[in-house]
Amino acid sequence: MEDKQSYWSENLRLIFICLAIWFVVSFGFGLLFVEQLNEFRLGGYKLGFWFAQQGSIYTFVGLIFWYGKKMNDLDKKYNVEDA
Amino acid sequence: MDELKLYTWIAVGGTFALYFFIAWWARAGSTSEFYAAGGGITPLQNGMAIGADWMSAASFISMAGLIAFLGYGGSVFLMGWTGGYVLLALCLAPYMRKHGKFTVPEFIGDRYYSKTARIVAVVCLIIASLTYIIGQMKGVGVAFSMFLEVEYDMGLYIGMAVVFVYATLGGMKGITYTQIAQYCVLITAYTIPAVFISLQLTGNPIPQLGLGSTLADGSGVYLLDKLDQVVAELGFKEYTTSTLGDVEMFAYTLSLMIGTAGLPHVIMRFFTVPSVKAARQSAGYALVFIALLYTVAPAVGAMARLNLMNTIEPAAGQNLEYAERPQWFKDWERTGLLAFEDKNGDGKIKYTADKATNEMVKVDRDIMVLANPAIANLPNWVIALVAAGGLAAALSTAAGLLLAISSAISHDLMKGVLVPDMDEKTELRASRIVMTISVCVAGYLGLNPPGFAAGTVALAFGLAASSIFPALMMGIFSKKMSSKAAISGMCSGIGVTMLYVFQHKGIMFIPGTSFLGGMEPNWFFGISPNAFGSVGAFVNFAVAFIVLRATGPAPSHIQNLVTNFRTPHGEVAGAHSH
Repeated sequence: MEDKQSYWSENLRLIFICLAIWFVVSFGFGLLFVEQLNEFRLGGYKLGFWFAQQGSIYTFVGLIFWYGKKMNDLDKKYNVEDA
Repeated sequence: MDELKLYTWIAVGGTFALYFFIAWWARAGSTSEFYAAGGGITPLQNGMAIGADWMSAASFISMAGLIAFLGYGGSVFLMGWTGGYVLLALCLAPYMRKHGKFTVPEFIGDRYYSKTARIVAVVCLIIASLTYIIGQMKGVGVAFSMFLEVEYDMGLYIGMAVVFVYATLGGMKGITYTQIAQYCVLITAYTIPAVFISLQLTGNPIPQLGLGSTLADGSGVYLLDKLDQVVAELGFKEYTTSTLGDVEMFAYTLSLMIGTAGLPHVIMRFFTVPSVKAARQSAGYALVFIALLYTVAPAVGAMARLNLMNTIEPAAGQNLEYAERPQWFKDWERTGLLAFEDKNGDGKIKYTADKATNEMVKVDRDIMVLANPAIANLPNWVIALVAAGGLAAALSTAAGLLLAISSAISHDLMKGVLVPDMDEKTELRASRIVMTISVCVAGYLGLNPPGFAAGTVALAFGLAASSIFPALMMGIFSKKMSSKAAISGMCSGIGVTMLYVFQHKGIMFIPGTSFLGGMEPNWFFGISPNAFGSVGAFVNFAVAFIVLRATGPAPSHIQNLVTNFRTPHGEVAGAHSH
């Protein structure tokens, strides 16, 4: 039972980290701080514009796979893998 | 018959024949196969199927056009329609898969130990999915009428017949394998023209890089800078900075994200994989396949806009003679989606932001993707491919939605509430009959779209965001959340959202530029009805927690149920074995 609880709180910590990054790249870089970031450039892209139309999406993909990998490790650690 | 039409018939006919073949090959023999493809779909296959399920006529046809005219403001669709997958993968899919049932209302009914909760979820699901499906049926009709010059009605009947065959025959199993084929068709059809156009304009074949490159005309100017300059000269807002307003963009993006995570036809797909691990993985694959289109779309939008501007005004002040307009211009004029009015009588086309002197009196944003290959002078087979791709996008989403609706009715309403002792064979037959009826209803609504549907697919997201998403989140992350609290939350969330939408009916459903229109005095913090789902979701959460405070927590066996589905191993709750 304690095992299940610490499994869950480690999971919550991971989710929190991922959602923080999720929020920062989209709502942060893509919307709230877009003007400040637009001062910088990435090739022909203004940086804020790039995050809004490209970068946030790439980050989302990375986040899901990273979380999946971390959770697989966590499942092993607590021996709760499914079949 | 000209060459283009011949190619189009070959492309459309060939892909349809393929879908029929797959439907026959993968027909369903049990309810488990019908609702969840027997739980035997691999994460990669499931990811591809989710991609096709997810990317509708709106993604394929409308989105790049919206971006072309909204510029930076169009980012809400890009971030909103992809960011939801992070929520799905982290917060919903693994736990719902572990619980191991067929449908979203079934999960809600179990978690909230209440038939009422299940029925409320069914109603929310049907409202959101029907709103969505009308857009798909219209997309099918429009694609047929534009490319094959058959009547809109006839096109719709053909589309209905195709969906009917593979959805009723194959259920989730048939739909899954068909959707995999449809994904391949639609992504090819979307990227090939984009690659050609990117090459033409920038010399870089990868559209995502082309958009950030310099133009190939030797000027050394970046494409986006050029576009900013061209549109600004004509009085439009600068492309890379034109915004919809801070609050609106925030609310709209959030609404689309949580709506994505709350749409039942997508969540349902996670019941088809064999394990919790596979559920997490398939969300990742799904987003890879979706991102392939979503990162190309901004390039398509920007390049189409630049090409359109350059065609009309090749160099500053040298406007195109109307008499010398290209063939695609004439073709789209015939459909009424493009219109010219020679206001100053000089025979030349003038396109500016100033309404009084602008002579391009109508440029429908939906034509940007469809007209793109022709504007860029691409060969006819590419144009034919785009037609097949648009149809694949619309049909695959329509099928997924139909399955969500029919399983909600046959599995949740009939088997779950009205006739619980129905045997499997009867249920399978019932679900096929319900599917048939759903196809007919969807077709009818496509033929006679009700006023409220004329606007938008985005509305469906607001409805899902304000009703289903919060109920699922609270069910997983709050053990104490009770049935009374969740039901009050769902009803008030979707209620508030629908009220807000109906209040704006007159404003929202004027087609065209109402996105940027100056209706703000009536809007809640300047938030448009399309973006209101996030506010509805907030109301849902707030009401649920207040009611929870007042009425007490869920019983302990339910709290144990939650503990159980939070870990991947161990028994699943129900009879649905994999």
